[in-house]
Amino acid sequence: MKSRRLLPFLPALTLLAMLGPVIAGLYGTVMPAFGHLPAAGLTGPSLDPFREILAWQGLPRAMWLSISVGFISTLLAFTIVALVVAGWSGTRVFRVLEGALSPLLSVPHAAAAFGLAFLIAPSGWIARIISPTLTGWDRPLDLLIVQDPWGVSMMAGLVIKEIPFLLLITLAALGQIDTRRSHAISQALGYGRLTGWLKTVFPLVYMQIRLPVYVVLAYAMSVVDVAVILGPNTPPTLSVQIVKLMSDPDLTMRLQAAAAALVQLALVVFALVVWRVGEIGVAWFGMRWVARGKRGKFDPIVGKFALFAGATSAIAIALGLAVLCVWSFAGFWGFPDALPEQLTLRNWMRHSSGINQALCETAMIAVVVTLVALLLTIGCLEVEHRHGLRVSTRGMWLLYLPLLVPQTAFLPGLQTLLLNIGADVGRLPVMFAHLVFVLPYVFLSLSDPFRAWDKRNSTVAAALGASPDRVLWRVRLPMLLRPILTAGAVGIAVSVGQYLPTLLIGGGRVETLTTEAVALASGGDRRAIGVFGLMQTAAALVPFAIALFVPAIVWRNRRGLKNG
Amino acid sequence: MDNGLELRDVRITKDGAPLLEVSRAVSSGEVLTIMGPSGVGKSTLLAFVTGTLSSSFEVTGGVFLNGEDITDAPPHQRRVGILFQDDLLFPHLSVGQNLAFGLQAGGSAASRRDRVVAALSEVGLEGYADRDPATLSGGQKARVALMRMLLSEPCALLLDEPFSRLDAALRAQVRDLVFARARARSLPVLMVTHDKEDASAAGGEIVTLTPI
Repeated sequence: MKSRRLLPFLPALTLLAMLGPVIAGLYGTVMPAFGHLPAAGLTGPSLDPFREILAWQGLPRAMWLSISVGFISTLLAFTIVALVVAGWSGTRVFRVLEGALSPLLSVPHAAAAFGLAFLIAPSGWIARIISPTLTGWDRPLDLLIVQDPWGVSMMAGLVIKEIPFLLLITLAALGQIDTRRSHAISQALGYGRLTGWLKTVFPLVYMQIRLPVYVVLAYAMSVVDVAVILGPNTPPTLSVQIVKLMSDPDLTMRLQAAAAALVQLALVVFALVVWRVGEIGVAWFGMRWVARGKRGKFDPIVGKFALFAGATSAIAIALGLAVLCVWSFAGFWGFPDALPEQLTLRNWMRHSSGINQALCETAMIAVVVTLVALLLTIGCLEVEHRHGLRVSTRGMWLLYLPLLVPQTAFLPGLQTLLLNIGADVGRLPVMFAHLVFVLPYVFLSLSDPFRAWDKRNSTVAAALGASPDRVLWRVRLPMLLRPILTAGAVGIAVSVGQYLPTLLIGGGRVETLTTEAVALASGGDRRAIGVFGLMQTAAALVPFAIALFVPAIVWRNRRGLKNG
Repeated sequence: MDNGLELRDVRITKDGAPLLEVSRAVSSGEVLTIMGPSGVGKSTLLAFVTGTLSSSFEVTGGVFLNGEDITDAPPHQRRVGILFQDDLLFPHLSVGQNLAFGLQAGGSAASRRDRVVAALSEVGLEGYADRDPATLSGGQKARVALMRMLLSEPCALLLDEPFSRLDAALRAQVRDLVFARARARSLPVLMVTHDKEDASAAGGEIVTLTPI
């Protein structure tokens, strides 16, 4: 009966858990940005922090990197996904690609970035495989491919990681609207498969996926771990610079960091506005394009090109994981050999204690945070069900807000705030910080299946005399076991992949697989990176396997739940 | 009326627009059939009686069961059973567990099992207790759904197009069974349907709702 007292408070608690740290963090950023930092004996207000950050010579370049990387990678990933879905959805090729990309969604960004780096670097796997027979190289070229000053490799890393995300989001949106008939009609009117889809289905789909696309843009502009691994160094991206300033032992550097964080926030807001204006422009040209009635002469070529790009990104992630695996077992591996001279367990043994510790820390944080997120999410959805409420568009914005505000804009402030009030950094605050990002994803993952559940089941159970709590525990949750476990796996994958919240809110003392892996980036020990990158991927992927197998075993004699 | 189900001056509106009006009583062992085109609010009326009507509807009037006003009682305390056109057997429970779910709490494990077994044999499904409901035929599922509802000892039975998914041969058979079991337990039955055959087979009063 406890749940009856607790249940009505869960929506408010969920909002607090999701938005509280964001708002507190932004507050904690604004204060030092204007020179107010009691912990360092400074009281504002003053504009000095902004003067100092504006005086930094790297600023224009860092700002430009944030903008260019964000726009180019998001546009590329989005265009590829839209064209692949337009040209191929419903075909067998598409199902193969979808099957290949779905598991790659949960590969952590850092692991994917390391994998890509190990593929395309001058001494990477690709160069080794084609050398020296094709190239004549017997030593790696002196070329800055990874961490190039234009951020091209960083964009590539983001594109291959965002394609699976955008694809699954698009497919989820397609499931909610009746696209088949309008697509069929457009084809009957003589439109090519791809052009017909773009002209009839795409506008509806885009309405549904607009917010996730914004999330991708904001993320790409402010990501730290991918930028540390693949991004340029001199100067680094703005977000990496913020983290550098935050980790400076000199506390006054935090003022500059806070000012830079506000610059980063302004950049993202600016970019979102530009994107929105772009949407209107595209819609206007789109309407004219539709009105002109062109049937899509180039459909086959464009479709094939998009498919090639989509497949390439899947292959790049998969090969990247493969090369991480090879490095983790590599003994001596000279250039340009395609494979190491011998395979050994020595790397794994050498890092076994570090791996164990990091794995335990990672798992503890991820499991606790995910359980809390599931509890809050199920509570919210159950309140919604019992009181017949519907979440409005504005409610969806709230859900996406923590994902739209750049991490580098509010996490430094949150850390400073914790410092100011004398609260300890460490595991518990890290869990709260992870919850901010885990909750929206768990909610988004579970809400559709939860709402799609046939409510007549609950009517029948109530008519049989079951109380609302009994209906929830004995009927609804068991029937939704698979989506609940899937949402749990999503939550764990999100938590495992978190770099910045763990680093900043943990004060450097909470060492997860992700922070350990990214910390190795500057050292260039490929074997250690292989070991940690692979473990990080495993920690994110294994829960999905569990979510797949547990319902299959528990409900092995229940055919009615096979596809549930 | 002290014995049976009564809809007293029920008037349902949605967003200010009137949807339906009905004031009728059905006594124990009788069937009241409500007919009307789709969209007229037949299922809405049943949702009102089960207590699961969405809050976007406004209702005046009340439901009385054996003289007791249940208009504001929570759904699980109304003792009003319902059968839908789909069997809605819980897919994660075996046939026996589905039946036991309906059984009122209390009694020893052995006596509960006995009642489940007896209920199965009442509808000719001896030995089906451990079966996965998904492996049953449509007629068998309908019979299990009926017995599950009856085991919960309802004081009234609602039928929401209950036979429309069954093929013609099975339909008459299941329909006769449902009405016979309900009559044997002296239950007032409220059925909504758009099928004339169902309505005449019920043998009771027929109310035709028209859009208002």
